[in-house]
Amino acid sequence: MIAEKTLVAITGAMASAHAMRQINPDVVAAYPITPQTPIMMNFAQFVADGLADTEVVTVESEHSAMSACVGAAAAGARVMTATAANGLALMHEIVYIAASTRLPMVMSIVNRALSGPINIHCDHSDTMAERDSGWIQIFCENAQEVYESTILAMKWAENEKVLLPVMVNQDGFIISHSVENVEILPDDVVKEFVGEHVPHEPLLDVEHPITYGPLDLYDYYFEHKRQQMEAMKEAEKEFPKIAAKLSAITGNEYDFIESYKLDDAEYVIVTLGSSAGTVKYVVDEMRETGKKVGLLKIRVFRPFPGKRIAEALNGKKAVAVLDRSASFGAEAPIYAEVKSALYTIKERPILQSYVYGLGGRDFTPDHAKTAFDRLMKGEFFEGEGYLGLRD
Amino acid sequence: MAFMLKDMVKKEWRLASGHRLCPGCPAPTLVKLALMAIDYDVVVANATGCLEVSTTIYPYSAWKVPWIHNAFENAAATISGVEAAYKALKKKGKINRDIKFIAFGGDGGTYDIGIQALSGAIERGHDFLYILYDNEGYMNTGNQRSGATPTGANTTTVPVGKKSLGKLRVKKNITEIIAGHGRVYVAQASISHWQDFMNKVKKGVEYEGPAFINALSPCVRFWRVRSDQAMEVAKLGVETNYWPLYEVVDGVYKINYKPRKPKPLEEFLKIQGRFSHLFKREGGKELIEESQMEVNRRWERLLKLEEATKQS
Repeated sequence: MIAEKTLVAITGAMASAHAMRQINPDVVAAYPITPQTPIMMNFAQFVADGLADTEVVTVESEHSAMSACVGAAAAGARVMTATAANGLALMHEIVYIAASTRLPMVMSIVNRALSGPINIHCDHSDTMAERDSGWIQIFCENAQEVYESTILAMKWAENEKVLLPVMVNQDGFIISHSVENVEILPDDVVKEFVGEHVPHEPLLDVEHPITYGPLDLYDYYFEHKRQQMEAMKEAEKEFPKIAAKLSAITGNEYDFIESYKLDDAEYVIVTLGSSAGTVKYVVDEMRETGKKVGLLKIRVFRPFPGKRIAEALNGKKAVAVLDRSASFGAEAPIYAEVKSALYTIKERPILQSYVYGLGGRDFTPDHAKTAFDRLMKGEFFEGEGYLGLRD
Repeated sequence: MAFMLKDMVKKEWRLASGHRLCPGCPAPTLVKLALMAIDYDVVVANATGCLEVSTTIYPYSAWKVPWIHNAFENAAATISGVEAAYKALKKKGKINRDIKFIAFGGDGGTYDIGIQALSGAIERGHDFLYILYDNEGYMNTGNQRSGATPTGANTTTVPVGKKSLGKLRVKKNITEIIAGHGRVYVAQASISHWQDFMNKVKKGVEYEGPAFINALSPCVRFWRVRSDQAMEVAKLGVETNYWPLYEVVDGVYKINYKPRKPKPLEEFLKIQGRFSHLFKREGGKELIEESQMEVNRRWERLLKLEEATKQS
């Protein structure tokens, strides 16, 4: 049954904070960094006002934030955190350990350019650097998706077949600091959806002592890594079931990818994050003049929905893949993976890579239109193109 | 509250034998004594190091208590997360028993790479006991110098050579650094004085809030002593005032043992192969004298601090 929702005007950061309040995790360990701060400030206020009874661990660094999250999750707690950019980079070592120790937790990432030079604005270089860390990665287009994805992420992470940590990405400032209308579910509905946390072999079960994080050498390490790979496959299988349960409450759809006017489209933009909203606007505009354009939005980047993307792009004439980060000396990450996914299909479209929006550079409707126009005119070139860059 | 051997033999070891630490290494003894001194259920966090790698080679574990290793620099942060989880779950009525939280780290993981995480965890006031087993170098990786390595020691990263007498800088005084946090139980102990060590563990665990014990734990391999000499050399550390046994509780100093006639530092140095060059090479004598002066300075300072913080 669709729950009765409350419409509020809030930022993406506040949407995260509300989701956290409703999930009411046992432990949140976090360190302040722009543009993540409003999530933690708002959540800390909820705790201070007695609206959540979480133990907030105000650590002295992001490295310790993730370390404390690992300790708390292994202990048996429901755990959440939030960070951005350099903070995520500082966590890097423990981000891997969290995933390979199979500790469920949810981390809000407010995407920000990774130095240097230092820059506080949006791009995806921070989260893309973690794409092989073993975390599930969800990208959000707007504050509504941030709210719902955070709730969904908790359920997904703690699924007994999955037991993996999840990153919920929102574009720094563009989503985190912009006020939008967001439909909030009733507290009890969220509480019921996420359910009681049932920890898997917790440290605090002192009657059944367990050793976490032993030395694992060449005789077993490989098998354990295989198990981790299998867990990600399980995550892919479990997601539609969890998504269906949330859909039944919210009435919204959740899939690995979102197709927008894609069925009959000949020219397509593939992107993720807030730029998808801009592309939708341009698609609508160009459709009015009869152009067969469409959008493929990637919502879940890990596990990568390669087959779904390949099916959706099969038979299209030309596709532009947009990356808000670069891979120096190689193809940009989303482009490289989309291209790889298309290898097995029969009617492969022509592909073009574009890098856009680094360090918070605006991505405007004109940029999306330029990308479509070039696809339609057959203007292709080697390597990546740039949108919104001065020559 | 003295610990009696006749009672201790009846207690179960919470670290099993069969681990793979070197013969003569006092680290496992330190762990066994510490856990014997605690009459509670415990959860242990362990920094990367000798103790960690040698006790948990998958699929084996020597630990009979819940145990977690996360990484090198974050044992304190990890245990703070475990403790926060405990508080949260206790508050929600999901846990009823009393559990104590212990972290073990070597000097590399504590003086150097882990000092920030430890400082943060103490400042935040988590209720845990951090036990540092100080063997004065990165012994797990082959005797590289650390902030805990004393003056004149021969290490593989500041080796003795034609133009080198080994490490020239003084050992960092981490006990004082931790005491500087305030509202913390701090103690310095030595494996040679096991009753004193166990008393401190008990006090540290009972203290409401963070507690820290810095325990001298010789590395027989890289201090270049015989494998039956760990206790002897640790005892010399105490008898020479190189390693004073003392406590700082909420800023109040108490020296637990004052040698009636402290032995010269030379006696501590000369039985260790890592200092042998100091007794043969030009400049060695001067370095020993400098080290003796540093020992004297630290001891005098400690006496003054004890006097200055004496409570009437």
